Amino acid sequence: MAIWIDGRRHEADPERNILDVCLSRGLDLPYFCWHPALGSVGACRQCAVKVFKDDKDTRGRLAMACMTPAKDGTRLSIDDAEARELRRSVIEWLMLNHPHDCPVCDEGGECHLQDMTVMAGHLVRRTRFEKRTFRNQYLGPFVRHEMNRCIQCYRCVRFYADHAGGKDLGVFGAHDAVYFGRHADGVLESAFAGNLVEVCPTGVFTDRTLGRHYVRKWDLQTAPSVCVHCSLGCNTTPGERAGSLRRIRARYSGAVNGWFLCDRGRYGYEFVNSERRVRRPFVRGEAATSEVTPAALARAWSKGRVLGIGSPRASVESNYALAALVGPERFHQGTSAAQTALVATIIRILREGPARTPSLREVERCDAVLVLGEDVASTAPMLALALRQSVRRQPERAALELGIPGWQDGAVREVVGNRKGPLFIAASVANEARELDELATRTVRAAPEDVARLGFAVAHALDASAPEADGLFGRLPAQIAGALAGAERPLVVSGTGAGSEAVIQAAASVAWAAGAGRGRAAELVYVVPECNSLGAALIGGRSLAEAFAAMERGEVTGAIILENDLYRRAPEADVDAFLDRAGHVVVIDHLAHDTASRASTLLPAATFAESSGTFVNNEGRAQRFFQVFDPDSTDIRPSWRWIAALDGATDRWPNLDELQAALARELPIFGEIAAAGVPAEYRVRGARIPRALHRQSGRTAITANRELHEPRPPEDPDSPFAFSMEGAPRVPLARLAPEVWAPGWNSCQALNRFSAEIGGALLGGDPGVRLLEPIEGAPPAYFSPPRVDSLPEPPPDSLLVVALHHVFGSEELSALAPGVAELAPKPYVALGEEEALERGVSEREEVDLSIDGGPILTLPVRIRPGLPRGAVGLPAGPVRFVPAGSRARISKR
Amino acid sequence: MTEPVKIVTRNFGVDRAWEIDVYESRGGYEGAKKALSMEPAKVVEEMKAANLRGRGGAGFSAGVKWGFLPRDNPKPRYLVVNGDEGEPGTFKDRALMQNDPHLLVEGIISACWATGAHTAYVYIRGELKLAWQRVEGAIAQAKAKGYLGKRPFGVDFPVEIHTHRGGGAYICGEETALLNSLEGKRGEPRLKPPFPAVVGAFGCPTVVNNVETIMNVPWIVLFGGEAFHALGVKGDGGTRMYGLSGRVKRPGLHELPVGTKLSTLVLEIGGGPLGNELKGVIPGGSSTPVLLPHEIDIPFTVDSLKAAGSMMGTGCAIVLDETVCAVRAASNLARFYWHESCGQCTPCREGTGWVHNILANLEAGSGKVEEVAVLLSAAKSIMGNTICPFGDGAAMPIVAFAQKFHDEFLRHATLKKCPYGGRFAA
Ligand SMILES: Cc1cc2nc3c(=O)[nH]c(=O)nc-3n(C[C@H](O)[C@H](O)[C@H](O)COP(=O)(O)O)c2cc1C
Ligand code: SF4
Ligand code: SF4
Ligand code: FES
Repeated sequence: MAIWIDGRRHEADPERNILDVCLSRGLDLPYFCWHPALGSVGACRQCAVKVFKDDKDTRGRLAMACMTPAKDGTRLSIDDAEARELRRSVIEWLMLNHPHDCPVCDEGGECHLQDMTVMAGHLVRRTRFEKRTFRNQYLGPFVRHEMNRCIQCYRCVRFYADHAGGKDLGVFGAHDAVYFGRHADGVLESAFAGNLVEVCPTGVFTDRTLGRHYVRKWDLQTAPSVCVHCSLGCNTTPGERAGSLRRIRARYSGAVNGWFLCDRGRYGYEFVNSERRVRRPFVRGEAATSEVTPAALARAWSKGRVLGIGSPRASVESNYALAALVGPERFHQGTSAAQTALVATIIRILREGPARTPSLREVERCDAVLVLGEDVASTAPMLALALRQSVRRQPERAALELGIPGWQDGAVREVVGNRKGPLFIAASVANEARELDELATRTVRAAPEDVARLGFAVAHALDASAPEADGLFGRLPAQIAGALAGAERPLVVSGTGAGSEAVIQAAASVAWAAGAGRGRAAELVYVVPECNSLGAALIGGRSLAEAFAAMERGEVTGAIILENDLYRRAPEADVDAFLDRAGHVVVIDHLAHDTASRASTLLPAATFAESSGTFVNNEGRAQRFFQVFDPDSTDIRPSWRWIAALDGATDRWPNLDELQAALARELPIFGEIAAAGVPAEYRVRGARIPRALHRQSGRTAITANRELHEPRPPEDPDSPFAFSMEGAPRVPLARLAPEVWAPGWNSCQALNRFSAEIGGALLGGDPGVRLLEPIEGAPPAYFSPPRVDSLPEPPPDSLLVVALHHVFGSEELSALAPGVAELAPKPYVALGEEEALERGVSEREEVDLSIDGGPILTLPVRIRPGLPRGAVGLPAGPVRFVPAGSRARISKR
Repeated sequence: MTEPVKIVTRNFGVDRAWEIDVYESRGGYEGAKKALSMEPAKVVEEMKAANLRGRGGAGFSAGVKWGFLPRDNPKPRYLVVNGDEGEPGTFKDRALMQNDPHLLVEGIISACWATGAHTAYVYIRGELKLAWQRVEGAIAQAKAKGYLGKRPFGVDFPVEIHTHRGGGAYICGEETALLNSLEGKRGEPRLKPPFPAVVGAFGCPTVVNNVETIMNVPWIVLFGGEAFHALGVKGDGGTRMYGLSGRVKRPGLHELPVGTKLSTLVLEIGGGPLGNELKGVIPGGSSTPVLLPHEIDIPFTVDSLKAAGSMMGTGCAIVLDETVCAVRAASNLARFYWHESCGQCTPCREGTGWVHNILANLEAGSGKVEEVAVLLSAAKSIMGNTICPFGDGAAMPIVAFAQKFHDEFLRHATLKKCPYGGRFAA
């Protein structure tokens, strides 16, 4: 298949449109309203080309490239004078009302409108009339609004409403005063609002957090990174200047997050700049004045009697280093017994098969979904965004049958209308906005054990050899089974959010049983709690409860705690007892917290932005994050370097590569971990990869206020990146490009130059290696459903405590970002409508609550529709620790 | 000479013709009854033979359009009747709906049968309250009689009619914007293809026809497509509603055979210009390019108007005499189109505003000579480059004014004022 562009033959995929093909082939053709994730609507008229009927046709006709399929043999011209003139005119029109305020616009220097203006060649202004002006709106702590800059490409609403399902951003007005905003000032409701900053081709929506410590794109230092705020591992591009992190942008991955990020991932970064950062070592609460020598550190703990506590938010390498230091017997995962068991079950299921876990992008292509027990929209927002796309898959087929290609967004949406593919949700809680519920074919709200039972009933309906469950749900299991069996790519989603082993097992059973008719199990996604929950668990080690027990038994005298606030993981009294007993406690972390305040030695760890390492996401994909900047304090080091120093053997692992090699030798599951990154000695034509764009200014002068000499760029022993704008101009492996940039393309849309086919894999392959592949065709070893009568009789009048996750506030690190903190809930206690009615309590009324007979908390009530009777919800995060399965009593004051 | 045939106005002037008993006493609903006794395909065939060109403006053959409905699509089909009538200078559908709403209902029943639609929507411009009330009344009466509902005239072919009142946007008369508006969305045109015949209202195959178009159907069913065709000219059959307004002695609305000359309409039937001299005629609603006096001696048909470089449009002409300032007229039109652009595509959204700014300045006396050329270039570059025909409709009349009255435009710039002394109403 090929098309002819200005007389030259180019390979083309007939399923795509001409604009897509031109851009994929590296040709410059300006556009605005098209977006690879949103498809074409043909509105801006910027992508005009001349299309010819055949090789005899010399007149041709103007056509919008984004609306023209790349049929085999199509002949077109980008260079045609008429097409060029129309493209120039479009810019001229847009400039009639665009304020041209680039110098004071935060988009300047990475503005698609600037790029397209230059590309389209509009040079002379022929108008002298007043420009229309608008009133801007307050849209919350994340996104700024400057409507005068709008060029009415409609991408914002198409992303926000059509793609992400947001309800509070729309188009208002008409003619050249079309307005994009909310009905009134107010915080944007969608958890994906931050993407507007990248979706908008000009400076209407800009990053408010960046605005507070603004720098231009070209002055930032960046490196490929991975989000630390949930388990999905979306790829990110953090940007730093002068020692502070300025922003996070989405980094495209064809396998994980595509073009987007959720707002927790985008705006959680400010914890790195937080005042709660630990910036120097503390010994017994005193800041260590001189550098803490390795020898002093080695003395700080007595070898052999010390246990290590790892962390699901620390890198694989740091966890491994600690395990290697204290020995596997003394190494403990930093998670509660319950959490440790849940993650272990998930790993077993994912390793033993037969169900495979898909990538986030693959989830988008699934066409029938069962969600069991997980409040996806809160615990893994980007997964909810992917599910929002998967419900379109079945109805979309009607459009394909009419010959309407999938990229023709307007027409496809007409055909799809309100129709949705099968999505069943059974969970005890839903995210506050209930955004997935509105898409669901059926939603069931029930306690976790009942959710599990429903799952087992579905499994049995799919495969009679799967054990039968107590029938509580009428015809629903058969209905769900029918939808999954009838789909091309059925998917089951679950996770640790419900805190129930049975739910996790039920989800696996459904996925396996779906293989009975089709010969292939359904796809299976588990959400796990943190960014490296799987990676840390794969290192091994026992749970926190066992660490506490070992301390209680007096087997150990000290502890090294890695990037972990134990008070978030265990009841306060237990942690207190543990720390009281420990003779010596070394805490290595980047944040001061209650555990850190109890440390005899507190060592300042590097965050993800100041170190390189590996996280394993919920898919089992090991992904490397690269150090973005060198912290201004020389005391801040990656945790694993501190650990090596504790050993008195700083040269044990001279760099990350050596550490990984040791890990791979010891734990074969990590055999491929190096492939998630590149060796530190990797060079492009002998040069390092610069972290800054060639246009960066000031590197040699930035410290001139302190030191007249040009500073030497810091060394980086762990990666091939340089802290400089000097180095290899282009990286053949797109996954290593610190930023997207191409000649003429200064905005994030330069991304089109970084993959062979737009929307496909990055040039040279998407980042990450999958560590967990199921054994193909393994016979399912079905789990047994929980039996109703096996459950202990709950104490009378007690309520089951369920954790309510919030996009903002439940995750530890992001909660320190001011904007996230602003949107996080205050502590509260939630009751369902019925339960509240029965107890005669109303919204905002304060009640007394005691969990498992513990101390009394006084909290305001929030009525949460859909919360089942007999349950009480507590916000994870604002209420520090809620053990799964706890029971609570509440009383009116 | 025989009595001129009246099809859509035959009940005009008849007392209470909008009541079903009056309507039926004059032979009403016979066409629908006959249609329902015919093969639907036969009705479509008659429609094709009739060469009934759509009366909404584009002049597309109604029979051919009906034939575009996909045969093997399992989805329901819809008939949508366009009664939005927003084109400046046009007032025919309003009169038709007010005076003879049952003819519309009868036409709808016949068209539903022919196209296989069980549901019809009549989209009526919001301001036309009386028309809407009359149509609603007719629907209720027809329903009470059983002509609408489960078994019209005893035939097992359910037909329901819903009216929908527009919110006042001109663009909602464009068929795909109308469909969006009907569905509760913003009234923005959709890109074609897919055409409404394949993906129309609520994602289903849909025929959109103008009120007048539909009102011709019962007559065609009763008397045959050939007879209808014979009333007009080759390829453009029947009679049609011709309107006259502006600076003309006898403004009004007339049903005349297709092919009547534009000059006959303006000079004889309308009695000529109000002033001393005819300056020009905007033939078919404000989007159609103005014709100079020497250009109007042509049959007022879809094809001959096109050949003359203008358009048939809605058939409602606006007459200009020597008192009319061409710049002011153009500026007034430009203001309308700027205001009514839906704002979806760049050339129209921005271009109409620019054109209006230049014209308003010119009329106000602050224009520059070189801006007349900018005006022409700005207007021309809109044409052919937009999502819907609104862009053409906005640009064409301006280009025509600026070309045909070029000197007058330049004089505004050189004199630094309107030679007509016109105050400009911005
Ligand atoms: C800007 C614009 C406004 C229109 N307004 C009307 C209208 O008010 N009434 C109408 O019948 N057709 C209107 N049309 C034409 C319709 O799009 C469509 O062609 C017509 O309703 C089809 O009916 P017909 O084939 O019977 O003429 C308009 C078209 C455009 C581009
Ligand atoms: S705000 Fe931005 S994305 Fe939205 S229409 Fe305007 S320019 Fe496009
Ligand atoms: S031509 Fe004008 S009215 Fe038609 S879609 Fe474009 S902006 Fe809207
Ligand atoms: S990108 Fe093709 S019309 Fe907007």
